[in-house]
Amino acid sequence: MTLGADFTGQKFKSVGTRPLRPDGVDKVTGRARYGADFNMPGQLVGRVLRSPHAHAKIKKIDTSRAEKLKGVKAVITAADLPDLTGGGDMFDILDNCMARKKAFYDGHAVAAVAAIDAPTAKKALKLIKVDYEVLPHVTDVDEAVKPGAPLLHKHMFTGGVEPKPKKPSNIANRCQYGHGDTEAGFKEADVIIERSYRTEQTHQGYIEPHACVASVSPDGTAEMWVCTQGHFVYRQQCAELLGIDVSKLRVTSSEIGGGFGGKTHIWAEPLALALSRKANRPVKLVMSREEVFRASGPTSATSVDVKLGAKKDGTITAAEATLRYSNGPYAGMWAELGAMTSFACYDLTNVKTVGYEVLVNRPKVAAYRAPSAPMAAFAIESAMDELAQQIGMDPVKFRIKNAAKEGTKSSYGPVYGPIGIGPTLEASLKHPHMKAKLGKNQGRGMACGFWFNFGGQTCTDLNIGVDGTVALAVGTVDVGGSRASLSLVCAEELGIPYEQVKAVVADTSTLGHNDMTDGSRGTFSSSMATIFAARNAIKVLRERAAQMWDISVDDVVWEDGQAKAKGQKHGNLAPLSLKEIAAAAPNTGGPIAGHSEIVADGAGVSFATHICDVEVDPETGATRVVRYTVVQDAGKAVHPSYVEGQYQGGAAQGIGWALNEEYIYGKDGRLQNPGFLDYRIPVCSDLPMIDTQILEIPNPKHPYGVRGVGETSIVPPLAAIANAVSNAVGVRMTHIPMSPPRILAALEKKKAH
Amino acid sequence: MGGIAVTTTINGDEVDFVCHAEETLLDVLRDRLGLTGAKEGCGTGDCGACSVIMDGRVVCSCLVLGAEAEGKKIGTVEGMASGDKLHPLQTKFLEHAALQCGVCTPGFLIAAKALLDRNPDPSEEEIRYGLAGNLCRCTGYDKIVRAVQDAAKVMKGA
Amino acid sequence: MVEVALWGALSAATGGRKTVDVEAKDIRELFRKLAERYPGLEPYIERGIAVSIDGVIYRDTWSKELPKDAEIYLLPRISGG
Repeated sequence: MTLGADFTGQKFKSVGTRPLRPDGVDKVTGRARYGADFNMPGQLVGRVLRSPHAHAKIKKIDTSRAEKLKGVKAVITAADLPDLTGGGDMFDILDNCMARKKAFYDGHAVAAVAAIDAPTAKKALKLIKVDYEVLPHVTDVDEAVKPGAPLLHKHMFTGGVEPKPKKPSNIANRCQYGHGDTEAGFKEADVIIERSYRTEQTHQGYIEPHACVASVSPDGTAEMWVCTQGHFVYRQQCAELLGIDVSKLRVTSSEIGGGFGGKTHIWAEPLALALSRKANRPVKLVMSREEVFRASGPTSATSVDVKLGAKKDGTITAAEATLRYSNGPYAGMWAELGAMTSFACYDLTNVKTVGYEVLVNRPKVAAYRAPSAPMAAFAIESAMDELAQQIGMDPVKFRIKNAAKEGTKSSYGPVYGPIGIGPTLEASLKHPHMKAKLGKNQGRGMACGFWFNFGGQTCTDLNIGVDGTVALAVGTVDVGGSRASLSLVCAEELGIPYEQVKAVVADTSTLGHNDMTDGSRGTFSSSMATIFAARNAIKVLRERAAQMWDISVDDVVWEDGQAKAKGQKHGNLAPLSLKEIAAAAPNTGGPIAGHSEIVADGAGVSFATHICDVEVDPETGATRVVRYTVVQDAGKAVHPSYVEGQYQGGAAQGIGWALNEEYIYGKDGRLQNPGFLDYRIPVCSDLPMIDTQILEIPNPKHPYGVRGVGETSIVPPLAAIANAVSNAVGVRMTHIPMSPPRILAALEKKKAH
Repeated sequence: MGGIAVTTTINGDEVDFVCHAEETLLDVLRDRLGLTGAKEGCGTGDCGACSVIMDGRVVCSCLVLGAEAEGKKIGTVEGMASGDKLHPLQTKFLEHAALQCGVCTPGFLIAAKALLDRNPDPSEEEIRYGLAGNLCRCTGYDKIVRAVQDAAKVMKGA
Repeated sequence: MVEVALWGALSAATGGRKTVDVEAKDIRELFRKLAERYPGLEPYIERGIAVSIDGVIYRDTWSKELPKDAEIYLLPRISGG
């Protein structure tokens, strides 16, 4: 791997400061171009026809009348997307992009058109005749596993079960994690808590709908402008589905208006390419908000059973969780992720988690910020709180007593190296928030959260201009300010001012493969590649300086942005600045650059603790978040403002998830609230200021100690708020979101007893 | 051809365009006039990303027909700066890192400007309610509120 | 010789063994030898397996050396959001 990736412990000049971001002015003046802000000459408008049925066989599609409509240049169905995948996950992606034999959810694409303008495209969709044979549907995660539930796939036999089941079901896979003997462990317990929890389906809720402009030429070359978290992955997958050579498809990432995992999957992009190929003209395809909800990935709805046992002194003796996660129509590993992360914060002798992937007639589940972890954390952290209460122990101290540390065997298998859960818990215990007085109808809750972070394939190109300014080309899409952080890292390594660096996100033809901006890897991986690219450039700069001075390169060091000749005999040589060396570059060997292509592995895991105060109105059941604190380890905060931003953003999404957001399906299997009015995400007046405390326990596997930060902050909020609400109303809440009707129902139940 | 001829003022300039009856002002701004600062986040007036000022009021341009712009004074984010001098709100949004992906930022700037023009000394609560018509999914609003508070201070002082 | 711990689904492909001993100096050799000995593991290796070495997860680096006495755990290849 990467030699020299280890933490250097240096003092920083640029890293850790808060300059303005390089893409900022464009974003506050409306100049920045997002997915739908780009146009190609001669482009057509693409629109998609979607199934109004939750489950139906597609018997026939008649597109003839649509094709004849004046102004329509192409109409496609699954017939225009032959299966080149060879099965597996890519086939599921293909089928999800456009239904082949069955429509599996309300909103599943069945056909698409490209026309000269929107009104014509709209008319054309109405002229496509689809013969459906409507089938019984099932949309609820618990209903789908009951015997007799409508089957999505007749040949789905649950994997991971020995012996293999004889009857098909909607359970695609079963998985199990853990160690020790939980049965024996429960026998040792003085107190046992057993509860079931449910969380409803939510959507990432990015404000920018999916949008792309695709242009395919008859010679097999193509280009696409698209909002995405990973233009290289989009290129690879689209090329595979359409039978285009990967290097002949040039994908440019626009500025992205939010992703949170939802833009790590392809949705309508292959359709835009297929339409463009057929029409031989560029096609612009923008999803409406309704389409985004109905047909792009929400997260799983879940049903989780938890059983915990502990001794009177607070030691947990056994922990079990059974997790059922909805996947949509195709199997994923969502429950498995939940099973892996459930007890990751704890040091347990006996632990067992079992996960079931459940298929339902809902859109294909996509990654949403620390996928699957928030729901598992809700269940486990709620149970932990109850257990602590029954024992009579402070919830934070209870967790500290059982927290994982270096050397703990994790519940998902490996033994931990140095980790930060202890420090975040200790910091929350000491935080002023804990001492704040609570008012009437108010309650306080806390919870911890865990997430893996990733490294992955990363390339960076660093080119030094003839005036000494640096063009830094990176491949990780900038979702929240990473260009600023990467410029800081580049400036730090080269020893030059931040303003001398300009970072851009390159397209797929001008840089090597980069994995997506997901897994909290954007700044972690690209900063590592940037550091190595800068070090490579410094090697060249030293060689050039040596040439200019006519001395050995071994006598040249790079310090504070300058080449310095070391040693007595060179004492009279004045240092050469980056600018001076760059100006002489044409004569000393040509353009000066540094490149790095790495796999930035070793990202390490990330922990957070959240504290939350809420006030619940006993008459309306409405909850107001009064105070919120995030404590999380960042390793090293390159640009502290943007690290704080990640903490606050994740917390806000978790608050919405905990209190209000849910997909509501009718008996007809149709999504009832595909819009921001009734799928209500938090607005400015719903939230208080969100306090953040950044801990910096360096990650030994990164030269600056950086850890990924983007996802972990969405893991604790569901539980922190559930614990706070439960404390405020005196009833244990087990169903997320805790919207007013659910809280009122809980209060009614309490009164009745 | 069929279409409605409209004359209006946008960011101080007189502008003529022709649009279909059902086209929204948002469609016109983005597709006919090249002013893509206003964004379509929902098309139903629920997210505020398309906010513009029309005759002194914040409106969702996705809920205004292009034809309704006739004779009105429209202000978009593209008109907030004075030449190369950014508006204090724009400067403060940058300084406070009040944007992450930035797609909601034009809408927020317009709404915040309208708020401060109406109420130059708002409390935190007034800011929060004044901006409740704009959705942000990235920031949790904390830094946005701080930016508006700081901009208000600057604008009062100036 | 390294001792490799397997997660549930992989365990099933090796006839229920929770750990296997393999002579391998890096990840590439480890996968090769495992696939040879247990053909049932091949589809998982193709789809992608993450390797945890002393608690640090490696997803793609075939050349990563396996230190002697390191704790090696095979996990599903996870993605983020």
